[in-house]
Amino acid sequence: MDLFEYQARDLFAKHGVPVLAGEVIDTPEAAREATERLGGKSVVKAQVKVGGRGKAGGVKLAATPDEAVARATDILGMDIKGHTVHKVMIAETAPEIVEEYYVSYLLDRTNRTFLAMASVQGGVEIEVVAEENPEALAKVPVDANEGVSIEKAREIVAQAKFPAEVAEQVAEILVTLWDTFIKEDALLVEVNPLAKVASGKVIALDGKVSLDENAEFRQPDHAALEDKESANPLEAAAKAKNLNYVKLDGEVGIIGNGAGLVMSTLDVVAYAGENHGGVKPANFLDIGGGASAAVMANGLEIILGDPDVKSVFVNVFGGITACDEVANGIVQALQLLADKGEEVTKPLVVRLDGNNAELGRQILSDANHPLVQRVDTMDGAADKAAELAAAK
Amino acid sequence: MAIFLNKDSKVIVQGMTGATGMKHTKLMLADGTNIVGGVNPRKAGTSVDIDGNEIPVFGTVAEAMEKTGANVSVLFVPPAFAKAAVVEAIDAEIPLAVVITEGIAVHDSAAFWAYAKSKGNKTRIIGPNCPGLITPGQSNAGIIPGDITKPGRIGLVSKSGTLTYQMMYELRDIGFSSAVGIGGDPVIGTTHIDALAAFEADPDTDLIVMIGEIGGDAEERAADFIAKNVTKPVVGYVAGFTAPEGKTMGHAGAIVSGSSGTAAAKKEALEAAGVKVGKTPTETAKLAREILAG
Repeated sequence: MDLFEYQARDLFAKHGVPVLAGEVIDTPEAAREATERLGGKSVVKAQVKVGGRGKAGGVKLAATPDEAVARATDILGMDIKGHTVHKVMIAETAPEIVEEYYVSYLLDRTNRTFLAMASVQGGVEIEVVAEENPEALAKVPVDANEGVSIEKAREIVAQAKFPAEVAEQVAEILVTLWDTFIKEDALLVEVNPLAKVASGKVIALDGKVSLDENAEFRQPDHAALEDKESANPLEAAAKAKNLNYVKLDGEVGIIGNGAGLVMSTLDVVAYAGENHGGVKPANFLDIGGGASAAVMANGLEIILGDPDVKSVFVNVFGGITACDEVANGIVQALQLLADKGEEVTKPLVVRLDGNNAELGRQILSDANHPLVQRVDTMDGAADKAAELAAAK
Repeated sequence: MAIFLNKDSKVIVQGMTGATGMKHTKLMLADGTNIVGGVNPRKAGTSVDIDGNEIPVFGTVAEAMEKTGANVSVLFVPPAFAKAAVVEAIDAEIPLAVVITEGIAVHDSAAFWAYAKSKGNKTRIIGPNCPGLITPGQSNAGIIPGDITKPGRIGLVSKSGTLTYQMMYELRDIGFSSAVGIGGDPVIGTTHIDALAAFEADPDTDLIVMIGEIGGDAEERAADFIAKNVTKPVVGYVAGFTAPEGKTMGHAGAIVSGSSGTAAAKKEALEAAGVKVGKTPTETAKLAREILAG
């Protein structure tokens, strides 16, 4: 889960990373009081999870509380690269910036270890530095069990060639940032820019944090950080039902079991769509192993509730799960929806293979639901689902 | 032969007494797996009757190994306790630990991997978040259905569970030497490369099928390894061509970030290494058939 800047700022502050004062608001009027609390001037910063908001006009200085209200009025509701601004941060104005640096911790998947990255060329996108001037970006592996002590932090600082006058300050920040990374179960903590201001002090001016959703069992506070406002309503409804769902922009609704098989199903449908007017998958939905009729019904309900969906492809390989149970699940799910008074009008193509496939297919044939068609190969079923979506 | 697992493997189950552990211990036994014990410190000294098999429960992995000669552990321990269980298996130096558990926090898997490394990698870890591995007709360590296919001469390595089953089913008449599900998490123990190396060295494997998916660069590195080290034919499949950037597709590791981790880049790398890559699972199976038919 990627966080907003203000949430990252709060986590940094919690673990002792020096940040500027700031608070988040969602109405223009609230900008006045927030700015007054900061001594009468502020920076109004759009909270969106996308880069380049400054260039897009999403960060503005306000010299007075009235100006802050005006700037917040401009920025709230603004569209930045497809992201609507629902919140702004009213931040303390930064003292004069002398230098801008970069520091981060992240997972290095390739080497299966954590990695510290640091550069004295901050303030720009670090990908650009890595590309154009790779020797300016120090990459130091961090052992997950040893972590970052002050000695390790000094090693990172030395490798990134920070100027002597800020070296110790940056090392201390690296220790507190590591604390943030570990204690919050983060996948990424990034400070950019880490700024040296006129007084010589080093402060985190902007940052990114991404949290590991698998750690929620020991991070009870993290659920509150979720951005419910911007979530796609179908994704939010699916999440509430513990379904693994991602909304996409096509017309063929997809339900399958197992992440890999569902991803593969999306591809196969997209290929089939090339012959049927370019229809594409409308979503990713993995109902997992051993899904019950209730789970199938929940999944179908979400998919059928998506106005973009023109046809549905249920693609199940019975591994441990028996296909007869899956077939019963589909039949019961359609019955459940009918009982709830929800009229199902979209055609379903079902492909069952694997464990007890014959039994499962028989159950579907016997049920003889007018909207359900059986196609017994994955490629054939994808083609049929695409054809039906294109015909609608 | 086969890789990592055979009829002589003595298997213990960490988390055997839980619901999932019991269900799959039963299935593994039905597939002929030599299950010699379970591990649960709270039930040490007791035993569990599974379909007429009296399976002893030990307090620790080390004790189970000492009493039974176990050399494989399959873990069904819930995510919150998985790190401690894997660390225990590493401390006991069991040669193979198969971590089925889904949903382990990355900081935990990074920590147990770093720990295994610091102990000299005496324990091969498979997973986490994987279906385990099967050597059909000999032994099954995990949750791969044992009745999809028979023993044969194809080796399979895959990030995805259901695609493993799908591919075993497509090629069920030919059969498999071993099939290994390595898992779709960002940090995994055994990699495509490890399995490719083992299949290359296995005299019972004639052809290797490798299944990848979006996220990370494991497939690209595997392609590099194949070009340099694998003489047997390799057929590949990559899932996730239509996955958008920045969205996690079910597996914690299946995410395209920026230009890295795309299916197209993986396919290209594999093809450059001489691997025939199928567009769909069915086409991939067909490619494997054609090669085996000569």
